[in-house]
Amino acid sequence: MPAAPAPRQGRRPVAVVSFAQAPNVRRDTAHNEVELLLPVIGEVLGNLGITKDDIGFICSGSTDYLIGGPFSFVAALDAVGVWPPKSESHVEMDAAWALYEAWVRLQEGDVDTALVYGFGKSSMGDLGKILALQLDPYVMAPLWPDPVSLAALQARALLDHGLATERDFAEVAARSRRSALDNPKAQVAYDRSADDLLGEDYVVAPLRRHALPPLTDGAAAVMLAAGDRAFELCERPAWITGIDHRVETHALGARDLTSSPSTAKAAEVAGVSAGPVEVVELHAPFAPQELVLCRALGLPVDPTGAGSTSVNPSGGPLAANALMAGGLIRIGEAAARIIDGRVSRVVAHATSGPVLQQNLVAVLEGA
Amino acid sequence: MAERCAVIGVGQTKCASKRLDVSVAGLVREAALRALDDAGLTFADIDAVVIGKAPDMFEGVMMPELYLAPALGAVGKPMLRVHTAGSVGGSTALVAAHLVTAGIHQRVLTVAFEKQSDSDAMWALSVPQPFAAPLLAGAGGYFAPIIRAYMRRSGAPDHVGMKVAVKDRLHALKNPYAHLHLPDISMKVVEDSVVIWDPLHYLESCPSSDGAAAMVLGSEQAAAASQAATGRRPAWVHGMAMRSEPTMFAGRDQVNPQAGRDCAADVYRQAGVTKPRADFDCAEVYVPFSWYEPMWLENLGFCEEGQGWRLTDEGATSMDGGDIPWNCSGGVLSSNPIGASGMLRFLEVALQVRGEAGEHQVDGVRRALGQAYGGGSQFFAMWVLGTEKP
Repeated sequence: MPAAPAPRQGRRPVAVVSFAQAPNVRRDTAHNEVELLLPVIGEVLGNLGITKDDIGFICSGSTDYLIGGPFSFVAALDAVGVWPPKSESHVEMDAAWALYEAWVRLQEGDVDTALVYGFGKSSMGDLGKILALQLDPYVMAPLWPDPVSLAALQARALLDHGLATERDFAEVAARSRRSALDNPKAQVAYDRSADDLLGEDYVVAPLRRHALPPLTDGAAAVMLAAGDRAFELCERPAWITGIDHRVETHALGARDLTSSPSTAKAAEVAGVSAGPVEVVELHAPFAPQELVLCRALGLPVDPTGAGSTSVNPSGGPLAANALMAGGLIRIGEAAARIIDGRVSRVVAHATSGPVLQQNLVAVLEGA
Repeated sequence: MAERCAVIGVGQTKCASKRLDVSVAGLVREAALRALDDAGLTFADIDAVVIGKAPDMFEGVMMPELYLAPALGAVGKPMLRVHTAGSVGGSTALVAAHLVTAGIHQRVLTVAFEKQSDSDAMWALSVPQPFAAPLLAGAGGYFAPIIRAYMRRSGAPDHVGMKVAVKDRLHALKNPYAHLHLPDISMKVVEDSVVIWDPLHYLESCPSSDGAAAMVLGSEQAAAASQAATGRRPAWVHGMAMRSEPTMFAGRDQVNPQAGRDCAADVYRQAGVTKPRADFDCAEVYVPFSWYEPMWLENLGFCEEGQGWRLTDEGATSMDGGDIPWNCSGGVLSSNPIGASGMLRFLEVALQVRGEAGEHQVDGVRRALGQAYGGGSQFFAMWVLGTEKP
């Protein structure tokens, strides 16, 4: 049996051994959250030839505010069918953080496998209004700032500081949607030039339509396995050699929106710069955010994708943006490229909160 | 558990119907600062923050941890937000403890809260969902029929629930942080209160509270340092476990759920507990409606199935002469900031084990059980704390 690469953190190597996601669509009126998840969980277990009885720990990520009712994760658990009872937990965060909790849980050696899943149907309500309720309830939420306007403030700051051009935003969007042509699960894919995209009207200046993510209904699941169990389940596990996450202040006026110190700190702890980055999957819902994140990760800022690091080969969140699953999908997409043998070292990133307030960075490597 | 973990700091707010003097941030910060002070630490000493609360609709803020990050000193640090329904306060502490036992962090601040006066929990629990039977009656409406099933199954006499209601309120008089202080409580007063969900009288139900709880969890090294600085001894984690089962399926026993029994068996195995009634000196158990005390006595193995009501009726769970005092703090029946209610159970056993519970301290506590449950009696979180290093 080959040896797992030594992790930078934790006492025990843990790997992504399977990944599955639902087709990302604008509006899935035929399936509720459980029905959306059922085939995804069936696939993530089926890939490995195991059943729910082989799962040692379960952790999910979702938010009640998308369904507009309490306990959306409770019903979703029926997609696993936790009988006999299971050790299970849930974060009200993107499922990338559920993966972090599961990674921690696998460090102690008493369980060897964990199922992680996340889901979100943006079509259930008005996302512009819903996400405004994520802001400081006393001084910000009453102004109802929508996420597109906040992202526009960030884009404007980048332009004003000379850190990007509107063409850069268009190049990021053109490259992402072109990459998405190879992703059968993507929602928005096309082959259009940046010049063409720059002809679009502003939605909120300086953001044109192409710089915005789609509204998506989606779900995803990952199986983690530790130590030898990972090699038993998967020929080429994607070992998590580093993982960390950090949060910034919530006060927008106290943040420099052109940078992402939380991403930089998480990248440092996870050891991003310790080796070449062949692929990076960035959870950058708005095109300008890719530039902010590349800088924070110490990667070349390269909107056209000519460099040695392949940025969002899946198309990224500009091609499909399932809330609460999007960060986990970045980890899954990056891991899938190791599992299928295409590359050896990848970086995945997840974000939460308004304009990149909280960020998670993981480094995954093949043995 | 790979590394040892101990509770090295404890902080809680006074619970009340309306804490109009503080914002949500002010409420959680009050508990957090008390826990840090108790541990002889400041925010700068903390490696990570783990926060939990019940549904976000209880305050009307989506994922409020984002807004609370600076108030909890989390800026630049890892922060996790847990939500596992009513068990969340317990689960949150367990997620934080695992960060220590896994060897990731030395000192983790864990906080749970609810500011129920900012919204209406009854409404938030009763939003109609597609293809689900409308509840429209809050948690009491859900649990009352299960209580009826327990009474029928066990043959328990009607007065046992009222006995719990009185006992926990008498305990609460010894706890300055408790929401309800009802010095005139008696069986007659409970019986005279209106029946709101048959068989539950008004005073057999938990209140709706604003409140927060916080703990600092530390490694062996951190525990030694805090003890040297403060003179207060740590409460060691001897076992911890979570279990979940589905809300509904044919044949599910909601009175004595398998997930609760499995969770207890797991945590007892880790802690070397074989006879819970003899091995524990006290317990803090999530009893939001009076009858859940006898039901959980059975579920947690303190007695044979069907006998829980006898222990309650005999006074075995009372601080006044009972051999296994339950909920000396007054329990959920006396303070119920929902998201924090589970953590208050976990925190109160830490106080007991550290000998810091004040007037409601049980003499000579060496080992104690904290339990929280949530959803339709389907999510369980438990830990066992002890004075001895495991």
